[in-house]
Amino acid sequence: MNIAVPTREQREAKLEGMGCKRKRVEDIRFTQGKGNYVDDVKLPGMLFGDFVRSQYAHARIKKIDASAALKVPGVLAVLTAEELKGVNLAWMPTLAGDVQMVLADGKVLFQSQEIAFVVAEDRYAAADGVEAVEVEYEDLPVLVDAFKALAPDAPLLREDIKDKMIGAHGPRKHHNHIFEWSMGDKDLTDAAFATAEVTTKDVISYHRTHPSPLETCQCVASFDKIKGELTVWGTFQAPHVIRTVASLLSKIPEHKIHIIAPDIGGGFGNKVGAYPGYICAIVASIVTGKPVKWVEDRIENLTATSFARDYHMTTEIAATKDGKVTALRVHVLADHGAFDACADPSKWPAGFFNICTGSYDFPVAHLVVDGIYTNKAPGGVAYRCSFRVTEAAYCIERAMDIMAQKLGMDAAEFRLKNFVRREQFPYHSALGWEYDSGDYHTAMNKAMEAIGYQQLRAEQAAKRAAFQRGETRDLRGIGISFFTEIVGAGPSRNCDILGVAMFDSCEIRVHPTGAAIARMGTKSQGQGHETTYAQIIATEIGIPADDIMVEEGNTDTAPYGLGTYGSRSTPVAGAAIAMASRKIKAKAQMIAAYMLEVHEDDLEWDIDGFRVKGLPEKYKGMKEIAWAAYNSPPPGLEPGLEAVSYYDPPNMTYPFGAYFCVMDIDVDTGVYKIRRFYALDDCGTRINPMIIEGQVHGGLTEAFAIAMGQEIRYDEIGNVVGGSFMDFFIPTAVETPKWETDYTVTPSPHHPIGAKGVGESPNVGGVPCFSNAVNDAFSFLGSRHIQMPHDHWRIWEVAKGLGLHG
Amino acid sequence: MPVIPAPFSYHRPKSLAEATALLAEHNDEARVLAGGQSLIPMMKFRLAAPEHLVDVGNISELKGIQRTGNTLIVGAMTTQHELQQSQMLSEAAPILKETSLLIADPQVRYMGTIGGNVANGDPGNDMPAVMLCLDAAYRLTSVTGTRTIKARDFYEGTYATALKTGEILTAIEIPVPPAGHGHAYEKLKRKIGDYATAAAGVVLTTRGGRITTCAIAISNLADKAILATDAAAAVIGTALEKPTLDKAIAAARSIMSPATDTRGTTEYRTSVGGIMVERALKCALARAKG
Ligand SMILES: Cc1cc2nc3c(=O)[nH]c(=O)nc-3n(C[C@H](O)[C@H](O)[C@H](O)COP(=O)(O)OP(=O)(O)OC[C@H]3O[C@@H](n4cnc5c(N)ncnc54)[C@H](O)[C@@H]3O)c2cc1C
Repeated sequence: MNIAVPTREQREAKLEGMGCKRKRVEDIRFTQGKGNYVDDVKLPGMLFGDFVRSQYAHARIKKIDASAALKVPGVLAVLTAEELKGVNLAWMPTLAGDVQMVLADGKVLFQSQEIAFVVAEDRYAAADGVEAVEVEYEDLPVLVDAFKALAPDAPLLREDIKDKMIGAHGPRKHHNHIFEWSMGDKDLTDAAFATAEVTTKDVISYHRTHPSPLETCQCVASFDKIKGELTVWGTFQAPHVIRTVASLLSKIPEHKIHIIAPDIGGGFGNKVGAYPGYICAIVASIVTGKPVKWVEDRIENLTATSFARDYHMTTEIAATKDGKVTALRVHVLADHGAFDACADPSKWPAGFFNICTGSYDFPVAHLVVDGIYTNKAPGGVAYRCSFRVTEAAYCIERAMDIMAQKLGMDAAEFRLKNFVRREQFPYHSALGWEYDSGDYHTAMNKAMEAIGYQQLRAEQAAKRAAFQRGETRDLRGIGISFFTEIVGAGPSRNCDILGVAMFDSCEIRVHPTGAAIARMGTKSQGQGHETTYAQIIATEIGIPADDIMVEEGNTDTAPYGLGTYGSRSTPVAGAAIAMASRKIKAKAQMIAAYMLEVHEDDLEWDIDGFRVKGLPEKYKGMKEIAWAAYNSPPPGLEPGLEAVSYYDPPNMTYPFGAYFCVMDIDVDTGVYKIRRFYALDDCGTRINPMIIEGQVHGGLTEAFAIAMGQEIRYDEIGNVVGGSFMDFFIPTAVETPKWETDYTVTPSPHHPIGAKGVGESPNVGGVPCFSNAVNDAFSFLGSRHIQMPHDHWRIWEVAKGLGLHG
Repeated sequence: MPVIPAPFSYHRPKSLAEATALLAEHNDEARVLAGGQSLIPMMKFRLAAPEHLVDVGNISELKGIQRTGNTLIVGAMTTQHELQQSQMLSEAAPILKETSLLIADPQVRYMGTIGGNVANGDPGNDMPAVMLCLDAAYRLTSVTGTRTIKARDFYEGTYATALKTGEILTAIEIPVPPAGHGHAYEKLKRKIGDYATAAAGVVLTTRGGRITTCAIAISNLADKAILATDAAAAVIGTALEKPTLDKAIAAARSIMSPATDTRGTTEYRTSVGGIMVERALKCALARAKG
């Protein structure tokens, strides 16, 4: 019999390791409706909780009358702040060093705020109970305009801290002030502006929006009185952090708390924080002794649970006449809503906004951020971006366009002239970061060639001329963005959440037959970790990806990790995977050496096993080695083949990309058509090109939504306008443009496999690109900066303002 | 916060007589349930809290599409999807299918009915304007008998129609528009599944390239769908030369009073309302043969 020896290519292909377009293993269950989400958790005797929420944005609560609710059949209890005070939980700490009401304590500070928690036998009875609770309000003056928050006579929102003039991030200068945070060199920057040849100054606002994952936030809390143990199934992007916080708050020892994040239907930053719903469900379970489920509806999610953005960025650039930037000065008014519940690393009250020098070589820069309170929902989460990085990218990419326009320079040429050059990496930015690697000119030139940039500008000129001759009512805009992100938080020296350093972890066990399980401190919400993590291991230790199970989300079995957000999974946990794999490989090498009766140093790694150098037929595959590891390990060596790694990254990673958008706008209706959208991403080493493409498609679709209409707006008395999917813009396949994707590869020099992270790049780079296209369409008519979102009627207003409607 | 309806009783009669009897019995406390695509959301928000829901989905008398002479008779429980599938309707009055395809999304159209769409009384519904253009009539039945009312007399205001307590809309009678007529329904919306920012329907006939008859109606630009009579009168006898068109658009805009909402300001919606009328007129004229 002739046994065909597999070729190297066949062995490589069998692994489905890094670089392979491996199909997503999770999709088998997701596409068949066989996922297991929180709302699928059904326990015997389970109760259901639902919130009474505030109709007012700012009001004193005179009275809460639950007597009628308690008479509704099936309603068992109604919790208010009074009940929570008994267990010291009427307020809870936020991730940002503030405190937040769990249930309204004396007053409400935003519309939709949680006032009472009705516990009933099913969700129908709970809903009827909510309807029957009577709340008596006395309204107070409402503050919604961020620019009025620090006025001397602005209403006092936070009575609880009115005398506490030192906040978590230093002194507060007004009763509605949270913090002032500054970076960079003020004197040098001011000096550069004083002597600058050309300057621009614009208020660039990034409106309030919301991550709106398909699955809203929810949990099931089950307290076992006999064992004194608490189990919580929940939509948690960071399960271990939730466990630690739950233990600190409830005083239940951490080993008696079991946090389980099952399948999660999207997070986008919305599921990082801790919400009143979790606390109330836990308290209700402790009080009733039964499991309690809480499931937020869509309107609650949009109006109460963690918004994103709401940054007003006064941005100044200084430059020479021939187009070299010389300084950047930014002041941000950061609207945090009623409580500071931002989910940033603790020392970073404005996240990594100081990445706002972007891809450009600014010699000096200065940044000040003022955080303020308003009568809006708390939050300020990183909606598909690393902490405040989208805001920063929008700020600099808009401002660069404005400066190019003022200089009369082409926006692409202006960028090319100011990019950080390849030889400057690792690059130290004026606002304190060390960019790990980049090759901006190569990426930009590739993108410009691919899209046919010069041709596009020629077409645009022809179209503009036709418009001015009255032959068309369409304007063409060409949007450019060249973003640099900062992801992968983060090094323990500067990144922690409530004191917990932001490492991440991986534990791998190779079983005797050569199959393996990897357990992680991160938590996928749709990113495809089960697929890509296995590919890293496959390449590192030569076990086919199909033979590796990846498990996340159960704090009893997973090693401690900080979870998934801020594009940190691949940069941090991905590195932990490689390091754990390498520990396994080192032990496997000792075992192989023993089996082959040679010295370890005489072996070399060959795809899926070890080979004796110079004797290619002397080879041991990982499968055999795994068996031997358990059953005949070398004398003196412990049996088994497993490893755990906790990885503390030496630096962040800095993905970048060049995006182009071609858009036509009908000036009479404000209706736009995206003609083309091209996205070149450089995320370093590419683990699974198909998943990267999927991430880019999804992120661009969100960016499109945000730029073109997705908004949480408040009227002057603090009512949320458009807080349901009737108005909140979620594009369907029909509205979504066709995406053209491309890439360059500039590996991270400090990451074990050179990967940088990609999930958030398209949101970060996409928003300015769409917005720049709209702005570019009108710029030749004298328009300078148009605020987002660019929905039909607001585009029409711009056209009207420019006198285009005759 | 509940998005769960208040408690209600559910009835699913098998005949029209049974249904009208149930409505008579429960009077103001009862509500007809057709496709549920407007009523159920309102009940979830507790903007509607009927104590009795009379589901008319199982009554065969309310189904089917026929043509008798020059009248099309469309059963009230015909879904948007079924309407789109009817070859006969598409040939005789193509504006119905064209408009139907602009309503909501396929999922809603599998459930939502033509009867529910015209009986609902929401100014955002698209079919009422089309019925005004086609000069359709509605058959209404109650325990006391059946009456027919013109669509043009049916609409009174937001959620206010001539439908009386106890009545069921059973069918819509549509006069077949003349062969070679031109039609169009132009709808500006933010996305698939959205109600109109502004919309306009036109049905017209021509001779020698000039407009001989014309009906124009607008959706979601007032408290109900309305016929733009002056605008239509302005275009009769013309081939839509620029001054005529401008006059028609101005006449149409003068009867619009849309609220400022998330789709735009009153000024914006009125402005684009005029553009929808313009586009519908131009498109209908281009399609007309005669
Ligand atoms: C996401 C979404 C988007 C939508 N977009 C649009 C749109 O763009 N354009 C549009 O026109 N519509 C739109 N709709 C509404 C949709 O077309 C509804 O189907 C329609 O308004 C009502 O029809 P229905 O059969 O669902 O009626 P139901 O919701 O069951 O009933 C509506 C009302 O009419 C009454 N009624 C229904 N049938 C009868 C009858 N035979 N006799 C007496 N009274 C009756 C009911 O009592 C109720 O008051 C949308 C709906 C959704 C959910």
